Amino acid sequence: MTRTRWQPFSPIWNQMQQLQSEMNRLFDRWGDGNSGRGFATTYPAVNVWEDGESIFVEAELPGLEAKDLDIHVSGGNQLTLKGERKQNVPEKGVVHRQERGFGSFVRVLTLPTPVNADRVDAHFENGVLLIKLPKHEAAKPRKINVKSE
Amino acid sequence: MAESTTLTQKDRGEQTVPESTRGVFFTPRVDIYETENELTLYADVPGVGPKDVDLRYEGGELILHGRVQPRHPEAQFALQEYEEGDFYRAFSIHESIDASRIEAECKNGVLLVHLPKVEQARPKQITVRGQ
Repeated sequence: MTRTRWQPFSPIWNQMQQLQSEMNRLFDRWGDGNSGRGFATTYPAVNVWEDGESIFVEAELPGLEAKDLDIHVSGGNQLTLKGERKQNVPEKGVVHRQERGFGSFVRVLTLPTPVNADRVDAHFENGVLLIKLPKHEAAKPRKINVKSE
Repeated sequence: MAESTTLTQKDRGEQTVPESTRGVFFTPRVDIYETENELTLYADVPGVGPKDVDLRYEGGELILHGRVQPRHPEAQFALQEYEEGDFYRAFSIHESIDASRIEAECKNGVLLVHLPKVEQARPKQITVRGQ
């Protein structure tokens, strides 16, 4: 279900390329145990977009509660998502099918523009986390007036 | 010891597609556990609330359909690692499930379905008489 899709003509695409150098660490088995992909899947998958005022980061994190999540903004433009999902296997039971991932995860995203860490807002509903990071004043777009002789 | 699942995934060829499918849809990841009294099914359906789930049992088949509306249709994604769409999955149910007592709840994007076994299918302790 997760596919990486780049939007080459988006203004911040080049800076988002730097996301490739983000640190992703998997502590336990996450994602597709069955698909046999060669590389480690990063978790959680995120969608990122912006408007003039803020950067938005959304992640699908089913089965977690707000208290299981740890979100940090550091260095002006680094967003860290940390959390853990525990498995709920009944004590005396048999596992017929096991496809969902469990364990702890950390994902660090380097944002293309600095954000105002004091005004970051995170909202978690139905397993979807939406983080709104208002851009730092200096990073907002400014119109430049062209003078003519 | 080989165990046969009483809840088997329908083969791709037979999988029925809902008439109201809107564009792309996804197969949710599912865990199935069996205890003495019931089968428990967990499905990851992020973005789906209790009102958006259509859970049906008909013709020996448990059909899961979670409706997802695109949350940010106006967004121009700088990075898009997942797409949004409905969730759909169907399972064949063995007769040992009591369909009239199936219960489900949907919380934090996880659908939890309790499928109780019929009385006859529950394990019974057999007392052994002595001489």
